[in-house]
Amino acid sequence: MPKSKPLSRGVAIVGAGMSKFGAFAEKNSRDLFVEAFKEMTKSVDKGLDPSAIESLYVGNFSSDQFEHQAHTAPLLADAVGLTPIPATRVEGACASGGLAIRQGVMAIASGMYDVVLVGGAEKMTALNTAGVTDALATAADVPFEIPAGFTFPGFYAAMASAYMHRYGMKPEHLMNVAIKNHDNASLNPYAQFGVTIQKWMEGRVAAAIKKGKPAPTWSTIWDFLHDESGNPTVAWPLRLFDCSPVTDGAAAVLLVAEERMHEFTDHPIHIIGSGQASGSALHDRPELTAIPAAKTAATKAYEMAGITAKDIRIAEVHDCFTIAEVIASEDLGFFAPGEGFKAAEDGVTARNGAKPINTSGGLKAKGHPVGASGVAQAVEVFKQMRGQAGERQVAGDVNLALTHNVGATGSTCAVHVYERRN
Amino acid sequence: MSEETTTIRPFSAAAFNQYIAEHKLMATRCTKCSKTYAPPRAICPNCHSEEMEWVETSGKGKLAGFTVIYTGPTFMSEQGFDRKNPYISGIVELEEGTSISARITGLDASKPAEIKIGTLLSVDFVEFGEGEAKKTYLAFKA
Repeated sequence: MPKSKPLSRGVAIVGAGMSKFGAFAEKNSRDLFVEAFKEMTKSVDKGLDPSAIESLYVGNFSSDQFEHQAHTAPLLADAVGLTPIPATRVEGACASGGLAIRQGVMAIASGMYDVVLVGGAEKMTALNTAGVTDALATAADVPFEIPAGFTFPGFYAAMASAYMHRYGMKPEHLMNVAIKNHDNASLNPYAQFGVTIQKWMEGRVAAAIKKGKPAPTWSTIWDFLHDESGNPTVAWPLRLFDCSPVTDGAAAVLLVAEERMHEFTDHPIHIIGSGQASGSALHDRPELTAIPAAKTAATKAYEMAGITAKDIRIAEVHDCFTIAEVIASEDLGFFAPGEGFKAAEDGVTARNGAKPINTSGGLKAKGHPVGASGVAQAVEVFKQMRGQAGERQVAGDVNLALTHNVGATGSTCAVHVYERRN
Repeated sequence: MSEETTTIRPFSAAAFNQYIAEHKLMATRCTKCSKTYAPPRAICPNCHSEEMEWVETSGKGKLAGFTVIYTGPTFMSEQGFDRKNPYISGIVELEEGTSISARITGLDASKPAEIKIGTLLSVDFVEFGEGEAKKTYLAFKA
């Protein structure tokens, strides 16, 4: 494969915002996108005249199935008053948002536009759990994977079984990822589950007492996480707290050509690397313990940026399941194969560790509205790099950051590298 | 066109599933580089040749990865699986060097920690439904 070249025209993020993530019976994806757009607009330091926006790319996996509403992009453009600009929906399953960012980057780098809005939106909770499971399953290789009974937790559980066999990891190790991401989400006011697992457990005990039921006897979060009544198995070895939730949410970022960025802010975040790759169904890969498309996308993004994995200060990675964060941390080159779970156990990936991962709470605890997740990752790095992440702000100079967004079991992956220069 | 050529089935999901219904696990083999694929492929991803042929696999393989699913899709619930009766899905590496997703039978779903990666398996076919509605699923048995 030829090497990635730097963009022929620089692209910067000058605004970023997201809706609150959660389950909102009264809101559809349009309402959520309006919230994200308003948050984004507020974040533009020198103000935004929406008539400056020339094009919209929006990540959305399946409003068709989740809301019985296809053809989403013009509706979202119209909802924020942007018609008649071009509005394009981008679909790459759970990587739809990352792909939308890449489309925005290419549109500006090509010289076609100077100011592009990138959004992501997904309204998932109108379906029940079985309906969501069936809708997400359409992101798999349906004729050859689904008759085997696989679900998405099942695919990642199969990857976990192979990883455990190869590297000696235990299911307990994965709990470290969930504990960390809930800790981070407890400091993120936009998160769906803004509570630590400790608080979650205490809430369960209090609720039982209030209802006059026998109170569970968990004394530590480890008791809780090992107990089927607290943390039921979904697809062995993965339990409920290994899985990201079903979420409604939206996110938006404003991309501009570098030559015009100072019209919007004196603190832009440059997108200096973009990589995207595709891959086969899970069964058709040489190994189950890594995602080849993620490795390729990362290599491409690092090449374009002219940096290496060790230069990255923080990363938002696609932790749809705890094992996915462990594997991502290896695919991205942060840790050697088989070392990712140890890094999580040792606190290396914690907010105050050497390589903070998912300071937002990740998909696991911030929530995973699938088409919005890739864009929400960019919102978090924008805030962290500008020192605006509030209580969860990482200490020191966050000058280089990365986002890693995966579709399905890794048949699509998008990686972006971000730089702050002043 | 000879009769033999006209009866060659297309290298499609429908043809593969028809073979499954006949209790045959068929693969497609590239006549140029000899690589074998199940699920089938019409174009060889290794050498890009379009000259493929159907071959029957030995039906022998080993477990490469697996899970025990407690919360399945709707069609598995309809087949009687639930939290009290979980099932095993796995990825099986065939002797021919290709791998495929399948149901796994003959192992104890209530003791997942005792299931070993590398367990030797042989092809099995699970049927559900009656008459026109009958469906046959690819499985591997320990």
